[in-house]
Order: sequence, then C-alpha cells, then structure tokens
Amino acid sequence: MGIRFTINGKEIYIHDTVVNSWIIVILLSIFAIVVNRKLKKANIDEKPTGLLNVVEILVEVLESLVKSVMGPTRMGFMPYIGTLALYLICANLFGLLGFTPPTSDYNVTLALAIITFTLMHYNGIKSNGVKNYAKGFFEPMAFLFPINLIGEIATPISLSFRLFGNILSGSIIMALIYKGLNSVSMFLTPFVAPVFHFYFDVFSGLIQTLIFSMLTMLNIANKMGDEPTEVIK
Amino acid sequence: MLQGISSEAFVLGCSAIGAGIGLIAGLGPGIGQGYAAGKGAEAVGRQPEAKGDIMQTMLLGQAVAETTGIYSLVVAIILLFVRPLLAGL
Repeated sequence: MGIRFTINGKEIYIHDTVVNSWIIVILLSIFAIVVNRKLKKANIDEKPTGLLNVVEILVEVLESLVKSVMGPTRMGFMPYIGTLALYLICANLFGLLGFTPPTSDYNVTLALAIITFTLMHYNGIKSNGVKNYAKGFFEPMAFLFPINLIGEIATPISLSFRLFGNILSGSIIMALIYKGLNSVSMFLTPFVAPVFHFYFDVFSGLIQTLIFSMLTMLNIANKMGDEPTEVIK
Repeated sequence: MLQGISSEAFVLGCSAIGAGIGLIAGLGPGIGQGYAAGKGAEAVGRQPEAKGDIMQTMLLGQAVAETTGIYSLVVAIILLFVRPLLAGL
C-alpha cells in the first residue's frame, strides 16, 4: 500500500504505515467535523439521539476513566488521552480491513511513547519544581541514581515494545493461520479465521489501547506527585 | 567440518533455533498472568460489586507482567525476519 514516486530523479518511498496513519487521521477528522455540525444543531433540552448518543457515551467513559486514574483536578489531560485512545483504537483495528495496522511499525509506537515520556517529565518539573524533580532521582538513597536513570529510560521502551509486539505478533499469527488454513482447504478459511480475528485483532487491539492510555495516565500522575488542593488548568 | 553447508544456511538455521529458544521466556508471563487472573477471580468472588475496578487492575498488572515475554518475542521476530547475524558474514 506504500506510495512510490519520483521527484527530480530521486525516488521517494512513503511507507504504508504513514499512508495508513493519514487515512486514519482524515477519517477521524471527518468524524469530528460531522459530530461538531450535529452538536451545534442539537437542542439542549431534548434527549440526544443517534450518533450524538454514542459520542456522549464515549466522552463520559473517557472522563470517568481519567477522573478515577488521575484525579478530578487533572481533567486537563482528558483531551490528549481521548485523542490517543481514539487513534489507537482505529490503528489497532485497521488490520481487520486488510490494511497494515500503523502500530505494527515500531516508529509509530516509539513516537507515541516519546510523547508520553515528554509529558511525564514536563509535568513533573512543572508541578514539583526543578529541585524536587531532581531530588526524585536520588531517592531512596543517593547511590541508586544510575538505577533510577535506567528505570526512567526503560519506561518509554517497554511502553512502545508492548504495543508494537502485541499488534505485530497478532498480524504475524493471523498470516500464519491464513496460510495454514488455506493449505488444508480453501473452503475452511472463511469459517474458522473470524474466530482468530476476534481474539488477535479485536480483543488484543482493544486491550492494548486501554493499557497504553492507562499506563500513560498512571505514569504522568505518578511523576506529578500528590494531588494539590487548588485546581490546575 | 560442516561439509556441504554454506555459512549463510548455518547462520539462518542457528537464528531459527535461537528464536525458538528465546520464546521459552513465554513461560514466565504465562505463569504470572495466570496467577494474577486467579487472584482476580478470588477477589471478584469475595467482592462482586467491585468487579470493574478489579478487572482494570488485573489487566494492568498482567500487561506489565507481559513485558519480558514481549521482549523475547521482539528478539525472536528480529532474528527471524531482520536477520542481523547475516550481516556479520
């Protein structure tokens, strides 16, 4: 599915994960525009119907998740977590449509993990101050500094490898299952393969979405320390 | 020694064996996740009203326990499909 074209004699290859990511971004943007149009037309005194109802459920679930994990004073992270969850759901389930899921490319998951890493440390410095933040590396004892440093670097690596490994292994196993079933009988495949699709694509994709956004929230909240009494915007 | 075997074939075969041995690491996460699921079931039995929270905590713990298994999986996939050892020939 990648795009290959030539400019000034140079051949440029756009990898299929980039193309698929852009397809997802465009689809989500169209979805957002449609929902926004409907939202502006909706009457506040009436019950929400149809698509608005679904969107309302989605927003409420995300809100309650962020509230229970990060605390009510940190609802400012909800838009980012929601974006992350929507993108990951679409990306993980993209394998069902016959495309390569973008998350089966390590570049994509590493980029997402680096965003989490940056948010963790930026918010850690912002809410604790530089001094307290630096002090966190020397706890509980000063000579443990190298181990703490390795622990900090390991967070994005394990976060990205977890998502990448799960989705990639799912697509590899599905390819193996298709090959194996086709070698037994062409007529068996359409009846047996959907069962495995349900586990390796739908179930593991949704679980990994939940895990990735949950770990992002937990890591950020962990770095920020205890909840303050005043509201942070 | 090793007559009739090209060095490429030898490296490829050893990579496949290494990938297979690497996946033994799947034992650890399997035991850990099963233990967590058992404890989760126990907790739901004791406190059925807290099912949502228990599920959430259990899945999170299992995902973290899975990390070592995923590392070995990634190493095996790299050995099989990227074949970094062939470059050393």
